[in-house]
Amino acid sequence: MEILVRISGFASILFVALIFLFLIKEGIRLFGTVTPWAFLSGRSWYPISTPPQFGALPLIIGSLYVTLGALVIAVPLSLASAFYIAEVARGARKELLKSTIELLAAIPSVVIGFIGMTVLAPWVRQLFHLPTGLTALTGAMTLAFMAAPTIISITEDAITAVPRAYREGALALGATRWQTMYRILLPAAAPGIVAAVMLGIGRVIGETMAVMMVTGNASVIPTSLLQPVRTLTATIAAEMGETVRGSDHYYALFAIGIVLFVITFIVNWCADFFLHRERR
Amino acid sequence: MRVTLSRHCSRWVTGVALLCLLGGCARSASQDMAGELQGTLQIKGSDTMVNLVQAWAEAFMERHPAVLISVTGGGSGTGIASLFNGTADIASCSRTMSETEIAQARARGWIPQEFTVALDGLAVVVHPDHPVERLTLAQLADIFTGTITQWQAVGGVPAPIVLLSREVNSGTHVYFKEHVVRRGNVKGTEEFAPSALLLPSSQAIADEVAHNRQAIGYYGMGYLSPRQKAIAVAQTVSQPYVPPTIDAVRNGTYPIARPLFFYTRGDHSELMQLFLEFVLSPDGQRIVPEQDFVPLR
Repeated sequence: MEILVRISGFASILFVALIFLFLIKEGIRLFGTVTPWAFLSGRSWYPISTPPQFGALPLIIGSLYVTLGALVIAVPLSLASAFYIAEVARGARKELLKSTIELLAAIPSVVIGFIGMTVLAPWVRQLFHLPTGLTALTGAMTLAFMAAPTIISITEDAITAVPRAYREGALALGATRWQTMYRILLPAAAPGIVAAVMLGIGRVIGETMAVMMVTGNASVIPTSLLQPVRTLTATIAAEMGETVRGSDHYYALFAIGIVLFVITFIVNWCADFFLHRERR
Repeated sequence: MRVTLSRHCSRWVTGVALLCLLGGCARSASQDMAGELQGTLQIKGSDTMVNLVQAWAEAFMERHPAVLISVTGGGSGTGIASLFNGTADIASCSRTMSETEIAQARARGWIPQEFTVALDGLAVVVHPDHPVERLTLAQLADIFTGTITQWQAVGGVPAPIVLLSREVNSGTHVYFKEHVVRRGNVKGTEEFAPSALLLPSSQAIADEVAHNRQAIGYYGMGYLSPRQKAIAVAQTVSQPYVPPTIDAVRNGTYPIARPLFFYTRGDHSELMQLFLEFVLSPDGQRIVPEQDFVPLR
């Protein structure tokens, strides 16, 4: 029985390793025809033309734009919300807020994408007088919604975990509640908050369906958040259906998968690093 | 916990019992109708055609209750790949097979058979209040390659043009690129402008055009509604501008029309043969306009 539990524990490591090996095995074959540098720095993505062009730079920048945009929107809101829930709200209100935020995390991404497409996109277009509402900003706003629950619940845990003595000490020295929050609790919970943000990034950068529906998917290098972008994930999802197994296009999509895997790996590693530092 | 577990178990048992019962029924049914047509048929391919093929399959199964036809989409290329792998009997396809694909089929020892089963007009659409009514193919090519970026240049108000296209996994995307963007020169080098928005479905293009006065998009004429306006298209300036209607597609005056195909490996079973005959028969073709496509006759 004990050995079964142990095997289950190690199984996840095995799966990650196998997935990574499979990605590498399929993705690396692209680099027989295209150099890694040309793949990462190429500016044109025309996978089905003859000859095809596999320049992933617009896709990488597209993903970064949407992710950073989502963080700029989600982080301040989530921090304020987490502080309110952890420090200000009491009793029934606190419980209601906590369960509502968990509910927000449970909404399927295609539903959020649909709302983004039908409600948010026309609104963005009118507000900024744009030719189209399907932009990086619309994607960022949609994704901020999806990252917020993760960031709020982990931040709230981090704040609650700050020892009671810190709070009491601050209040005893005459600090107001507000001063206690931003001078004492915020720095004390900082590693946990950074980890929360990192996990939020992980959620955002891997999101596919909602992004594909609201960002317009044009493979140009954007100069502002108000332009359409094409993300790494949307490219894989949109193009995988038609590729012939064993073609360069097929390998190119796996190469994109490697890029995504590396990015999420780094982000998760950072989150882990900060979480462990907090515990020490 | 134990209560829910046992409830699940009993549901599972009921399900299995039901399945056995159904299996028994199906078997006895096929025995009753000995000599009648039976068997299964797998059709995979074009997303554009999936509703049309489904309608054919349903009508055919109504006539032959012992036959089971399953229809799946996924894209024209997916259908042809399934034909290669043997997971489909018929591939529905909104473009012709490429030379590479035909060569691959020959290498596997069979010659693909092509059946033209219906026609489809590609409508170029704008917002209903848009001042532009008509365009030539050359103007469309310039618009979609990004040479013309302002509506002013083609008789509209001064505003930038927003290009809407289908994703690259779509047969419609490929057809529009080869016949409009490249003006019929399949081996040309012209591409959609990189700024073109690639939307995941025809419906997404229809919705964006209905809201956006600066957008221009294209899709099969089946998706036309009063919320969009179809542009009248002319081959050249000296030729008449024709709106996409069933008649105009059938008599060949609308310039952006395409045939829709079925492909097979050529090894037709009796069932396959009868289904293909039904699709091409007057009864089968009568279903085509109901699905907003253009019948062959």
